[in-house]
Amino acid sequence: MSNAPVDKGRRRFLTVATSVVGAAGAVGVAVPFIASWNPSEKAKNAGAPVEVNIGKAEPGQLIRVEWRGQPVWVVRRTPEMLASLEAVSDQLRDPNSDEPQQPEYAKNLHRSRKEEYFVAVGICTHLGCSPQFLDQGMGEYVEGAQSGFFCPCHGSTFDIAGRVFQGVPAPYNLVVPPHYYINDNTILVGEDGEQA
Amino acid sequence: MNKLIAWFDERIPMTKTWNIHLAQYPAPKNFNFWYIFGVLATLVLVNQILTGIWLTMNYVPSAEGAFASVEFIMRDIEYGWLLRYMHSTGASAFFVVVYLHMFRGMMYGSYQKPRELLWVFGMLIFLVLMAEAFMGYLLPWGQMSYWGAQVIISLFGAIPIIGDDLTLWIRGDYVISGATLNRFFALHVIALPLVLVILVFLHIIALHEVGSNNPEGVSIKKPKGSVPDADKPKFTFHERFTKKYDIVDAFPFFPYYIVKDLVGVAIFLFFFCYVIFFAPAMGGLFLEPPNFEAANPLKTPAHIAPVWYFTPFYAILRAVPDKLLGVILMFGAIVALFVLPWLDRGKVRSVRYRSTLHKVNLTVFAISFIALGYLGLKPATEVYTMFARIFTFLYFAFFVLLWFYSKNENTKPVPERITK
Repeated sequence: MSNAPVDKGRRRFLTVATSVVGAAGAVGVAVPFIASWNPSEKAKNAGAPVEVNIGKAEPGQLIRVEWRGQPVWVVRRTPEMLASLEAVSDQLRDPNSDEPQQPEYAKNLHRSRKEEYFVAVGICTHLGCSPQFLDQGMGEYVEGAQSGFFCPCHGSTFDIAGRVFQGVPAPYNLVVPPHYYINDNTILVGEDGEQA
Repeated sequence: MNKLIAWFDERIPMTKTWNIHLAQYPAPKNFNFWYIFGVLATLVLVNQILTGIWLTMNYVPSAEGAFASVEFIMRDIEYGWLLRYMHSTGASAFFVVVYLHMFRGMMYGSYQKPRELLWVFGMLIFLVLMAEAFMGYLLPWGQMSYWGAQVIISLFGAIPIIGDDLTLWIRGDYVISGATLNRFFALHVIALPLVLVILVFLHIIALHEVGSNNPEGVSIKKPKGSVPDADKPKFTFHERFTKKYDIVDAFPFFPYYIVKDLVGVAIFLFFFCYVIFFAPAMGGLFLEPPNFEAANPLKTPAHIAPVWYFTPFYAILRAVPDKLLGVILMFGAIVALFVLPWLDRGKVRSVRYRSTLHKVNLTVFAISFIALGYLGLKPATEVYTMFARIFTFLYFAFFVLLWFYSKNENTKPVPERITK
């Protein structure tokens, strides 16, 4: 120990410098702990595309497949269902699908590549429940509607093109996943395909 | 024996701690029925920790094994059913006693100066308890576990900009999966219980620093030397309490209140055991029917509702036809309770001496809370949603009104001392 007077400025500099380096170290140590919560490589790779055979779908039927662990629906719509799309437009939050909830090729009235088939991720945009498909009896929830989707969790309603009605908690239309037709009977969910 | 105690006392403050916190801790003499719930909450905490440790001995935390392992505990482990029902019933019992404990604090103004921090620690305990219950409910990996967690985690998706990435980070996958289950297991069995125990410790330390409130809301600490010896209780209190104040109208916590609390504990255990043995699912309130079916990511149960203790907040969430606003209001309902000590600008603590307006306001608040709890269990029909909106409004009106009228409230005169 020397008897030199205390150099306050030097002591202060050392205190601040040590604190800053220590804080940087703490941030560095936090990185692996936080990053380890991100989806693993295995989870990321599980997102492979899925083929759906629509050859046997009846008009008005819904086929449910799993893609990235989520339910994906393919609905073969009847002419009446398609006719109802215009009729309910003024009751919808986003009738023209302006929000980017679908690929560019599905930004149209029927929100699909082919009018007849509607492909959507079956998860409510409110809090992630899987809505029920009502091929009739939708009128119980929305006046004048025939068919659509009803979420049992918080009562959100969607028309038969997955467009959300007004006055319900869900903010957006249902998500249309990337998909394309390999041939007339098969849809590949998860890729846009070259025809995009 | 005395020599052994002396040996310890020279090395650790054993007798001193015992005296300060138990044998010579002054507790107001007029504690009533409402003062049992702190002790009961501690009892349930011990029950949860003990049965929880035993359940982990056979539980398998993975998406493939979780549901089957719970059934294994129920059917093949000796007394496994009892340990699990003690744990699941304990979770509901925890919220019963904590809600009553909180309402006691609101009735008698136990959150007011100088007990603000005590209240805040209590609210933090409540918050951690909710997280603990939520994560624990995912572990059986039933349909309700799965979709309940899906809904609650999606709440964070309502946060602008970072929402989607945040939910992805919490889940560790694009949907709820084994990754989510395993991290919830880790948090449920070690991280949160540790935090909970530390908070309970701080809650009690804060309580013993400021002293217990009582139904009259009158302080038992009087200025030093102001009370004649004849008026002082014939008990020894630790000098930590008597150094600055004269203590009146109090008993030592041990043995007097401990013995009294034992009666309450016995009555509580009657109810607790009745539920465990005769109604462990409590008609679908404590264990919901869809949860007896294994989680299925492709199918949401027809009607999903959280466990009863979350339903008041869930009803508030559902009452708002906007995602972000609903989430804000739901968390706001809890934040409002956090800042209660600063919203109440009154000087009179106990509801006994406060205005009729306050009595009505507090009653309406309690009714709203229970009504919201009921509505949260029901499907979201138009009529129920309308009622949920009314009661949500009344819930928040309590806090707003309180802030306005408490400044110049028409209160009754408060006695100097705890009356007979």
